[in-house]
Order: sequence, then structure tokens, then C-alpha cells
Amino acid sequence: MIDPKRGTTQDLPKIATGIQGFDELSYGGLPRKRITLLNGGPGSGKTMFALQSLVGAARMRGEHGIFVAFEERPRQIIANAAGFRWDLPALLKRKLFFMDANLSPDVVQSGEFDLRGMLAMLKAKKEEIGAQWIVFDGIDVLLTLLQNPKSEMREIYRIRDWLADNEVDAAIFTAKIDAHGPGPANYGFLQFMVDCVIEFDSRLDCGVALHRVQVTKYRGSAFARGEYPVSFGPAGMEIAGPEPTEIRQVASSERVSAGFERFDTMLGGGLFRGSSTLITGVPGTSKTTLSGKFAEAACLRGERTLFVSFDEGADRIVRNLTSVGIQLKPHLKSGVLRMYSGRTESVAAEDHLVRLKALIAEHRPRCMVIDPLSAIAKAGGLAAARSVANRFIYTAKDLKITVVVTAINESDQPESEASDLQISTIADTWIHLSYLIRGGERNRALTIIKSRGTQHSNQVRELILSDAGPVLADVYTAGGEVLMGTLRWEKEDEERAKTIQRRSEFDQKRASLEFAEAETRARIKSLEQDLARKRIELETYFSDDQARTLSSSDREQSLRRIRSADLTARAATATVTSPDKHSGSNGSGNPGRKSKSEPRNGP
Amino acid sequence: MVRKVHKRRAGGASDPEAAAAVVMVLYITDSGPNSIRAVANLEAICREHLQGNFRLEVIDVLECPLRALADGVVVTPSLAKLSPLPVATVVGNLSDTGSVLRALGIAE
Repeated sequence: MIDPKRGTTQDLPKIATGIQGFDELSYGGLPRKRITLLNGGPGSGKTMFALQSLVGAARMRGEHGIFVAFEERPRQIIANAAGFRWDLPALLKRKLFFMDANLSPDVVQSGEFDLRGMLAMLKAKKEEIGAQWIVFDGIDVLLTLLQNPKSEMREIYRIRDWLADNEVDAAIFTAKIDAHGPGPANYGFLQFMVDCVIEFDSRLDCGVALHRVQVTKYRGSAFARGEYPVSFGPAGMEIAGPEPTEIRQVASSERVSAGFERFDTMLGGGLFRGSSTLITGVPGTSKTTLSGKFAEAACLRGERTLFVSFDEGADRIVRNLTSVGIQLKPHLKSGVLRMYSGRTESVAAEDHLVRLKALIAEHRPRCMVIDPLSAIAKAGGLAAARSVANRFIYTAKDLKITVVVTAINESDQPESEASDLQISTIADTWIHLSYLIRGGERNRALTIIKSRGTQHSNQVRELILSDAGPVLADVYTAGGEVLMGTLRWEKEDEERAKTIQRRSEFDQKRASLEFAEAETRARIKSLEQDLARKRIELETYFSDDQARTLSSSDREQSLRRIRSADLTARAATATVTSPDKHSGSNGSGNPGRKSKSEPRNGP
Repeated sequence: MVRKVHKRRAGGASDPEAAAAVVMVLYITDSGPNSIRAVANLEAICREHLQGNFRLEVIDVLECPLRALADGVVVTPSLAKLSPLPVATVVGNLSDTGSVLRALGIAE
């Protein structure tokens, strides 16, 4: 049969364990009707894995199981599991049976023995309770008692045949076998006989126990190779299974407030729903205040919010935030806000992740703050903490939780984050808070280093804490230096003074221009008056001249009359130069005057 | 302690009044070679060392597995000495006579 998903032949049938992460890395769980060997040193978690598989089968599918304990007393095993939310006592009534197969130290051994009787008892019990799962815990202890390799092999094969004959759905052996260790008892045949081998490992890394699990063999099936971190939470063992290689989160275009208006403006309208924001900065740069403001805004919108703090109590945080006008108490009371404070020294990063996931499952938040997330790297290795931080962010994205996390930088350079937890590469928004020391003051500066999918401001702003909460103010740059605090106030004053000065200069200039204009107008007016006067003068002069011309022609006529001269020629001249023909037109007046003056001057 | 006897291979006490009688239960699986050997070995020991002063109950686990489970049997063959106290358990085909006798409280 071809599996359309993987394009290979169908894997053998599997049976889910319900252990988070394991069913993913084994592509479905344990092989059905086959034997699985869990191998690992003491305290590596193999017994818990086996028991949790039984519990999971019983709780998920109502499948009953038998647990044969060769090494630990059932009482002890049950007590060890009491811390998990498995409801073991209820299961023990009908669904789970523990067989105490410990041979007490007082037992005397005399000659060879076999498992015929045990298998007969198990068969009876299996039929009685209808068990489908069986665990042989500490099978190496049994093998050691058998004392000779032939018997060991014979009894193991006897168990195998019995399992096949009785159609047990899933069988688990646990053992402490060091395959590479010294000594003849490496039980190679056991490794060969089983179909699935899972190795458990527990080691100390920087003083913190790290549990790892690795599938080394899975006959007839593909599986995720490599070691995976194991952690223990309230639901039991959890394996950080392989992360899906493809990221399938749906990007939201809905914006949520980052806390206050000016900040939202800087971010181009706020944070995207379901995005992750990283706030970095050295201690004391108001990372908590900023994330507290985000939480408060979320609560005010009525969104369930989870505030996780490390190494600082919730009470102190609430009190400290109240001093800068951020009120979380009413939201804690109403239940919208849940606060959790964790300690970080000697807690492995993996365990933090389990705790965070449990908190998320409990509170179902839409917005979440972790302050500071970098604290998870305190105990244990950095590599583990990086992996946990990454997986946390991806988990939150899957659940569409809008997350703000803070990280403490060792240096004031934001780039140093890249060498610590490396959250900056996967966070959608990265805000850096820093101190600027100028003129004897320490002021906080806020920069948005990146904000994916957003037209964000690239300017540095000064972050001022007031009774009414955080406020952002413009900063001045003067001569290549950023000015903040008092220097900014001074600069602002200076700017104001300059404005006033500019205005008065302007007023002055305008007044002087207006004056010049008025003066010019006045001059124009007097010139016009002058012109009018001259015109009148001219007209007066012209009319005098006419009068004179008329009187002289009268005189001429009277002379002619006396001398009886030719009248017609003179009369024609007189009509041309008649005064009514010239009056009203100045332009044509001059030639008229000239033509008249010629005959006058002629004689 | 009253026990139902399923198979009686060895003879009961010749003197029922004997206070020091050794009370034993042998858990076997009928056809197993180890079980057959264990029965033979125990019969020899009883014959040689107990002179009939004992009570033995032989239980076939294949026939009453739940009873054997309740009795705390783990592997077979398995011999439980119930009396005299302390209770002792011997597992195996009882081929090592010395250790069986020590477990039964019989000095060599």
C-alpha cells in the first residue's frame, strides 16, 4: 500500500502512546503487536515512559495493561508517579495491574528456573482484565538471575512467543544495557530480537540534569533521527519532538496596541495579533514597565493575559508598576490577568517550557509577557535555552498568542543579543532600550530595530516614566549627538527662543517694507499732482496762443480789405487753422500749431 | 494455614502430631523440564533429610495461575517453606541440595 503522505510503502501498524512528542518523532507511536525495548541508565526515564504509555492507552482508548516490575517495587513506582495528573489509583482498580516480580534478596537460588509459571499467571491475569498492553520493567534484572546465556536467550524467546500467541497489542521491555560497555552481558540478541529500540540518556550539563531520548531502531518504519530533549511536567514526560520543517502559521493583519498611543504610532499602528516582540536592554532600562504597559492594555481590552516573570515576585512587579501608573491589580482580581513567577537557578530550560505550556493550557491567554525570557539560560546549557526559547515562540505563534518577551543584554549594544538567546532572529518586532549618558544624566532611549511588515519609525525616542505611565518624547540631534533629558529641555527652550526671535525679526522687516511702500506711494501722489499742474499750465498757454493767432488774422484781413487783395486764398488758410478743429486733441495739436506758425513766421 | 492440595507427590507426615514438621509448597509447571527435575530433587531431599516429617503441597501454576499470583510466585519452579518460621523461598530446579537444606533450616 502506498501512503500518499510520504510516498513510501505503508509503515507497519502503530499504536499511539499519548506521550507528547514521541508519537510525532516515531511517526505514530510504538509498533503494534511487536516488542519495543527502552534502554537507558538508572533514572533516565524509561520506567516512566513505559508506565505513561500504559496510562495513556488506558485513558485515551480504554486499553488495559499489565506492568511486570522486576526491578523496582510496584509501590515505589506508583509513588513516583503520584506527582503526575494520571489519576493512577482509579486506573489501578480495574484497568492497570502491577505484578511484583522482584525476587527478594532472601530468595535462595538453587539451579535453573524458567518463566513458564509467570507467563501462565500473566495469561490468566490478561484474560481476567482484558489487558492489551504489557510492560516488562527491568528485564535485565531477570536475565542476570538466569545466570547463563543459553537460558537468557531461551526465556526471552519464550516471552516473545508468548506475546505473539496471546496477541498482545504492545509490549515494552525496559533494560539497562550498555551496548558499548565492558562485560559479556550486552544482550545483543535482545537488541536484535525487538523491533523498536529507544535509548534514554540522562546527563549533567552545567549542573542541570538533561534528559534525552533517541530512537535507534524501528524495523519497517521511518522515524525522526537524533536526540530529543525530555522534560517532566504535570502531565508526565514530554518530549520535544521534531519541529515541523514547514511553518504554517497564518499571519494576521489585525493590530493590537503595544501599550500606549505614541508607541503604537511608532510601530505603524501597533503590534500584529499573534506576533512576537522582543525587548532588549541592559538592566534598568524599563523593559518590565514597557511589557507591563502592554499587559495592562491587553487586560483593558478584556483579553486574557499571562504575565510570567522570572526571579522577581508577582507582588513586587505589581507594586513597582503601580508607581509608574500601570494598574494590574484589578485585572488580577477579575481573573483576566494571571501572573506567574518562577525561579530559574537549577531549573532546566526544558522544564520551564513544560511549565509555560501548562500555564498556557490553564489560562488560555491571548496576550502573554515573559520577563525576562533570557533568564531560562541561567541554569544549564545555552544551547538548550536557545532551543527552548525558539520552541516557545513557535508554540505561541501556533496558538496565535501575541507575545512580548524581554531579554537582558550584557552590553548596551543590541547586537549582543544575537550571541545570547538568538530570539531576535525569530521575533517579529525587536525593540531596544538603552541608556544615553550626557550632561550628567542617564536617560532611556527606545529604538525599533525591526518590525516585520510594518512601516515603523526609524527614529530614536526618549522613554520617560511618569505617574501616568511611560511616555515617548522626541529627541534632538545636535552636531551628531542625541540630546535627552535636561539637554533636551534646554534644546527645546533654545528652539522656542529662536522662534520668538525669528518672529520679531520678521515683524520688523515687514514694518520697514510697509513704510517704504507708503513712502513710494506718497511720492507717486506728489508727482501726479505735479503732472496735473503742468497740464493745466500747458492748456492755459495753448488757449492764449490761439487768442493771439485770431487777433493777428483779423488784422491781416482788415489790411487786405484796405488793399483789395485776393481773399479766397487767405480764407482757405483761415478755415484750416480754425480753433474748433484743434481743441480736444493734444496729439494732433502740435503739427497744427507748426503749420500755423510757419505762415505766421513767414512774412 | 489451610491449603487445597492439588497434587501430592510426596507422602504426608507419618506422624501428624509432630510439631517440628516442615510445611512446604512447591510451585511447578506440569510439563517443564525444570519442574520435573525440581520434584525429583525435592523428593530425594525429603527422603534423605526429613524422614517423613514434613507436609508438601505441590501446585501446578498452569492449573491455578491466579492463586500462584496471589501467593507471590515469580518464577517456576519455586519452593516456599512456610513453617517453621522464618518463611523462605527457593527458586530453581533445586539441584543445589546444600542451599535447599539451608533454606529449609536443616543443618547439614
